[in-house]
Amino acid sequence: MASNEEILAGLAEIVNEETGLDEADVQLDKSFTEDLDIDSISMMTIVVNAEEKFDVKIPDEEVKNLKTVGDAVSFIVSAQG
Amino acid sequence: MARKVVITGLGATTPIGGDVPTLWANALKGVSGAATLTDEWVEEFQLPVTFAARASNPASETLSRVEMKRMDPSTQFAVVASREAWKDSGIEEVDKDRLSVAFATGIGGVWTLLDAWDTLKAKGPRRVLPMTVPMLMPNGPAAAVSLDLGAKGGAHTPVSACASGTEAMHVGLDLIRSGKADVVMVGGAEAAIHPMPIAAFASMQALSKRNDNPAGASRPYDVDRDGFVMGEGAGALVLEAEEHALARGARIYAELAGSSVTADAHHITAPDPEGLGATRALKAAMFDGRIQPEDVVHVNAHATSTPVGDVPEYTALRAALGDALDDVWVSATKSQMGHLLGASGAVESVLTTLAIYNRTTPVTINLENQDPQIPLKVVTGEPKELREGSIVALNNSFGFGGHNAVVAIRSI
Repeated sequence: MASNEEILAGLAEIVNEETGLDEADVQLDKSFTEDLDIDSISMMTIVVNAEEKFDVKIPDEEVKNLKTVGDAVSFIVSAQG
Repeated sequence: MARKVVITGLGATTPIGGDVPTLWANALKGVSGAATLTDEWVEEFQLPVTFAARASNPASETLSRVEMKRMDPSTQFAVVASREAWKDSGIEEVDKDRLSVAFATGIGGVWTLLDAWDTLKAKGPRRVLPMTVPMLMPNGPAAAVSLDLGAKGGAHTPVSACASGTEAMHVGLDLIRSGKADVVMVGGAEAAIHPMPIAAFASMQALSKRNDNPAGASRPYDVDRDGFVMGEGAGALVLEAEEHALARGARIYAELAGSSVTADAHHITAPDPEGLGATRALKAAMFDGRIQPEDVVHVNAHATSTPVGDVPEYTALRAALGDALDDVWVSATKSQMGHLLGASGAVESVLTTLAIYNRTTPVTINLENQDPQIPLKVVTGEPKELREGSIVALNNSFGFGGHNAVVAIRSI
């Protein structure tokens, strides 16, 4: 089980790998689309990579609810539960 | 009178040079880009052919990590070559609605396609990434170049196997002549040094099996030629309406004077033994450019080094040029860089343009015993100087499917 901090760090790594954004810019209050400028194709890539990294399932219909990095961290924590 | 079209920018990434200056220097020197492949899949699949001509410089030297991830290797090469050609043209301002792209490929995103298939089998559909489709589509290189340049005047993808790159020149010429565009980025890209295409080309006996001597394997016109050598990379040229180039005081390399595309309608892979389709393409390109046989001083031949392919091209050149062929210097540059498939016509058009501009020819390597059925005046050893005055060079490309494409490039 990964902690919130570990999940945030892991997500930042995935986002950096996909988009080149600095890992430090990936913070809980940031919106994927508005702050980080991540398009839908990159978002799906990030989701699939997060599923593999954290061994969770993130259903497609859930992805639209993951507006901020914090939403994603919370979802992954509960999905691991 | 149709608009005159000139060539004002050149770019390339090839097995014998990652940019145009290096490519040109090596093409005059005579080097081989072929080498034994060290990839584990060569051993894993026990491939019958264990060598190829890889691009001398990886695309990662030019592109960012994120760009690399979002582009198939063929598209990576296209963007590298196109950026060099655009910079070389010196164009600073252009009406983007009048800027078009014609960027060819023979096979398309074969690495992406097969990697995704492997992922599907090993990990299931969820792991097939959403960028798979835009990366594997054959119009990927044209689309990426259009995005990179902001070109909004249409992006075309000529696909005619190994004639594709030269057909892109033909499309670009038509776009400018017909008034649909003022500037066109034309080119071709290929990245198919993957075990499946190697197995498939080897299976049809198209590849040289000279595993013990990769550098000596591509030997067009030699009696001991036994097939082509797989290459990879891209070539790109900026075509421009002459008045557009003159208005901005551009450096003009040469005129793209004429072009033609014909089909053999003879056999899906074998060339017409009498080279009739190639002859018609040569004659039509010369007619298109109002070129007489005596104007032609140089040919960059298709000359892949296959036993069956090299002879009909000679027959066609003789039929189109007659006795004038005896004064024409022919270069078979696939001897050096291997066969870049859908990129070959574009890279060879870059070399043909430079031959006219510098009035000197690239050389042919590995020609030790010239096939008596092919009595061409082949440039071996040292480059040959081309005469003064108005001169023309032809670039031939032929593809599986019976596709014949010829372009004629004239000095300015």
